Amino acid sequence: MIALLRPHGLLRESLRKLRGNPLGFGGLVIVIVIGVLTVFAPLFATHAPNEVDVYARLQPPSGEHWLGTDQLGRDLYSRVLHGGRIAMTVSLVAISLSMALGVALGMLAGFGPRWLDRLLVIGFDTVRSFPTVMFALAVVALIGPSLNTVIGIVIITSVPAYARVVRTQTLALRERDFILAERAMGASTWRILRHHVMPNIAAPLFILASMDIPAVVGLEAGLSFLGLGVRPPTASWGSILSDGYAYIRNSPWPLIAGGIPLVLVTLGFTFFGEALRDIFDPRLRRKT
Amino acid sequence: MSEVVLAVEHLSVGYRTARGTLQALRDVSLEVRSGEIVGLVGESGCGKSTLISSVIRLLAPNTEISAGAVRFRGVDLLTLSEERMRALRGAELAMVFQDPMTSLNPVLSIGRQMADIQFRLPGGTREKRARSLDMLQRVGIADASQRLGHYPHQLSGGMRQRAAIAMALMMKPALLIADEPTTALDATLEVQIIEQLKALQAEIGNAILFISHHLGVIAELCDRVVVMYAGEVVESGPVRQVFDAPRHPYTRMLLACDPASIDERARTLPIIPGILPDLVDLPGGCVFCERCDRAESICITQRPRLEGGADGRAAACHFAGAPR
Repeated sequence: MIALLRPHGLLRESLRKLRGNPLGFGGLVIVIVIGVLTVFAPLFATHAPNEVDVYARLQPPSGEHWLGTDQLGRDLYSRVLHGGRIAMTVSLVAISLSMALGVALGMLAGFGPRWLDRLLVIGFDTVRSFPTVMFALAVVALIGPSLNTVIGIVIITSVPAYARVVRTQTLALRERDFILAERAMGASTWRILRHHVMPNIAAPLFILASMDIPAVVGLEAGLSFLGLGVRPPTASWGSILSDGYAYIRNSPWPLIAGGIPLVLVTLGFTFFGEALRDIFDPRLRRKT
Repeated sequence: MSEVVLAVEHLSVGYRTARGTLQALRDVSLEVRSGEIVGLVGESGCGKSTLISSVIRLLAPNTEISAGAVRFRGVDLLTLSEERMRALRGAELAMVFQDPMTSLNPVLSIGRQMADIQFRLPGGTREKRARSLDMLQRVGIADASQRLGHYPHQLSGGMRQRAAIAMALMMKPALLIADEPTTALDATLEVQIIEQLKALQAEIGNAILFISHHLGVIAELCDRVVVMYAGEVVESGPVRQVFDAPRHPYTRMLLACDPASIDERARTLPIIPGILPDLVDLPGGCVFCERCDRAESICITQRPRLEGGADGRAAACHFAGAPR
């Protein structure tokens, strides 16, 4: 994946342009802050996420509990950080696997024989035609709730989106002169895909991935909220919300603690993704 | 006599279409010897592109090779396995395309693309870079080391075409196929590129099959010329002789249409009246007879064969011996 970003000039230029785009820059800052906080959650957390303290139930924020506590007296700040780990793990693992699978299938459809392309497109459309949540409920009912189930559901439902983008781009590239020139220079199909198609489609893929993260985080939270995601007592933003939901009249703090990171992740990755799109969009490239 | 690098022998290629088979090439034969530059001329649709696609064997899926052979140093390319064919492409048999604006990958730097082309050569990044640098300098690119870091859009058209030539010659191929490499460039650049090609050819000693519309360029660069019309070779021979005394009426009319040969200022440029025959449903006689100004009844009924003479010239015309 690192190799895909090799055009150093482009990367440097992109960062320079990002600075001129306050929303995009804000998005990047949020993305980085969330990334650091969740990766090093145990360092930043003030309590163990599952440490129960019945004497301190449903506390408002204080010096001891920065975001308050939930109905079992667990520190919400620490739980939010650890919940973020779950959210980030699910989205990163699921999205990178979806992307890898999507690239493989999309290239196969775009560069392979016509019949294979038809078959794969029918497959993508079939999967996409299922409402995600319905599909998720069915799968969970079938094989039981777990983190891996959530990841699997995300992969199955988002592979078609990546594959379609890759397929379209590959089909467009396939007829380009420089691909023919590569063939005339004796490059194999594998070589053409790896060295010439891949760098040309990397940008839209990363934009899609960045925009996809909030959707995946939301899906994970949604499933956990419904009790179909991670199992208690593991902290997840969705389970924090669902635990707090019952006590909304007495203490809104669990809801606020679980909701704010969801909002921030959505805003951060969306702004960042949009900024990326503007940077990579050739029509906007000259202007900015 | 020098080795025959490329020999196209009685090649017939068609495209399957809804209307029937479009016979793009019929009984085409030509030879390119080592160290020789052969020009291929003909109007659009005469089969030049089909011919070169057949030589490098990158054909559209609906193509049908019905007869003939393409021999590269004696080996028939048409029956070679895809694996061995690929090994030849780029290494022994390289190509320069018409439009340098589209024949380079826009998202990779020139240096990266040039290094990438050397995947068959030994050596690490540094050696590949050194070879790229050397090739860029040889094709006359100033400040070549800086150019290696540039992307195609940062280079001018002429510079891109030079880079493309550098890439094609990187592996020192025995045959370079140049598909109208100067058509997309302006006249001054055209001359420069032609000079450069000539110098490089002398240095590397490769053969060149040069496709062009531009008769002046052919006359300047090539040793021999092959004139094609409607999928057939109508005349071939040493370029000076063919251009000075064409034996086929098509060659003669083509030369008359060359703007460079017109001395007087005219309101309209000369043209060859008529259009190409329908390649799906060919006439029985000579393919050129409908547009020919000296066609006789024999031309309608009987197809002329490409008759070669001892002087290395050949023309597919019933009246080749007595041109007007």
